[in-house]
Amino acid sequence: MRPAIIECDRLSVDLGGVRVVDGVTLRVGEGDFLALVGPNGGGKTTLLRVLLGLERFSAGRVKVFGGLPGSSPGRIGYVPQRLFFDREFPISVRDLVLMGRLSKKKLFQHYNRLDRERVDEAVGMVGLERLIERRIGDLSGGELQRALIARALAGEPELLLLDEPTASIDPQMKASIYDLIEQLKERLTIVLVTHDTALIGRYVTKVATLNVSLELYEPNSTAGSQSLAGVAAQNPVFPNL
Amino acid sequence: MLQEIFAFEFMRNALLAALLSSVACGIIGTYVVVKKIGFISGGIAHTAFGGIGVGYYLGINPILGVIPFSLAAALAIGLLSKKAKVAEDTAIGTFWAVGMAVGVICIGLKPGYAPDLFSYLFGNILTVPSFDLWMIMLLDLLILAVVWILSKEFLAISFDEEYAAVSGLKTTALYLLMLCLIALTVVVMMRVVGIVMVIALLTIPAAIARMVSRSLPGMMVRAVLLSAFFSICGLWLSFLLDVASGATIILVAGFCFLLAHAWRLVRLSPSAPGLS
Repeated sequence: MRPAIIECDRLSVDLGGVRVVDGVTLRVGEGDFLALVGPNGGGKTTLLRVLLGLERFSAGRVKVFGGLPGSSPGRIGYVPQRLFFDREFPISVRDLVLMGRLSKKKLFQHYNRLDRERVDEAVGMVGLERLIERRIGDLSGGELQRALIARALAGEPELLLLDEPTASIDPQMKASIYDLIEQLKERLTIVLVTHDTALIGRYVTKVATLNVSLELYEPNSTAGSQSLAGVAAQNPVFPNL
Repeated sequence: MLQEIFAFEFMRNALLAALLSSVACGIIGTYVVVKKIGFISGGIAHTAFGGIGVGYYLGINPILGVIPFSLAAALAIGLLSKKAKVAEDTAIGTFWAVGMAVGVICIGLKPGYAPDLFSYLFGNILTVPSFDLWMIMLLDLLILAVVWILSKEFLAISFDEEYAAVSGLKTTALYLLMLCLIALTVVVMMRVVGIVMVIALLTIPAAIARMVSRSLPGMMVRAVLLSAFFSICGLWLSFLLDVASGATIILVAGFCFLLAHAWRLVRLSPSAPGLS
């Protein structure tokens, strides 16, 4: 069995007195690509936030890289939903991606040449070289999403957590972002929160549906992964699919 | 004309105070604007009035009363809104009024008339003593040093506090430190425009600078220059028209703010030629 990156054991989370995640047991091994699907309000983002150490859990146990959530920031790349910050902020793509190096730096330490090289590599990986000096407010939705992925990659993570990276992006852009994620799965462990069950089926190694409680679909062989999309698509918790 | 103005020593001091305070104002104002904490800054500024009252009561230079008082206000407002589950605007509003009340009581308790009280409230750049000038310069250097050392951390918490936390930064501590720098900037600005109007000069230059900036350092430089421009223009106009200097500086800044937005509206309207 591959070494565990994420281990949740009967994990429960309450937000404002409401149980949003209930008794989730989940194991993500090194090199896994887990798609987390489920209805809005089903607790997907909350689960990610717990793994990042941003949200407290009320029962159960969680380990990330064998330690408490939030204790190994340098090994995790996080791509948040892009609607959460000010698009008018005066910052270029380069400086945005540079922020991905934060977890590798000490307090008071300024960015150096190595950091800038990693930024150039990450920006190249997502294909934004031409736009590196552009202000983020002048990017399209898909370009901004790529910039956010580049920010996560610049920190050279071992685990990548993506929260609905394709929400409100046109279908063509979606496909190109999934192509990008597919390339990344060769070297990273990935947890992807998404609604696009039809698109992800051929990429992932595991699918979990989260609607307060969690159900895991894990194929025994790679051939089995072909049917994962079918499992998710036929699941009654997705009336919109 | 200008030579005539600067023949007076008090005018030279005023000019120096205006230029020095613009440094703190443009740099810290940039964070206030991008992090959208103008209301907090206004709260810290008004709470600082309590420090002036305490200074009077103890018979020391009010600026020495304001510094600890406004720092304490910054920490208290920040902690209360972050940790105690008090709504931020409630915390700010409470401190705003309580700080001013403390000031009024202290000044009332001290026998005699408080002659230059008005200048702390509404600024009087023409009477800046050289001790205050040195103080402004010292605080400028302190603010510059902290912002230089923590530039990447301050950028991170301004842009996306959650991502900063995920990256392992102590975001609450950094935020409180930022509020403390705002408090010190209020002290610096107090002599120029007074604590009641500080918030305008803290936000207007940075807000205009943001329209044409692609990075925080670029925005800071522009905001410092704009702030210096407003202060000098206001000072000059107030001398010509013989009106209050602090208020004139604010009116100049406010007028330019409207102009900048009018220019933006015209430029962005579909009929305007040369859209890129």
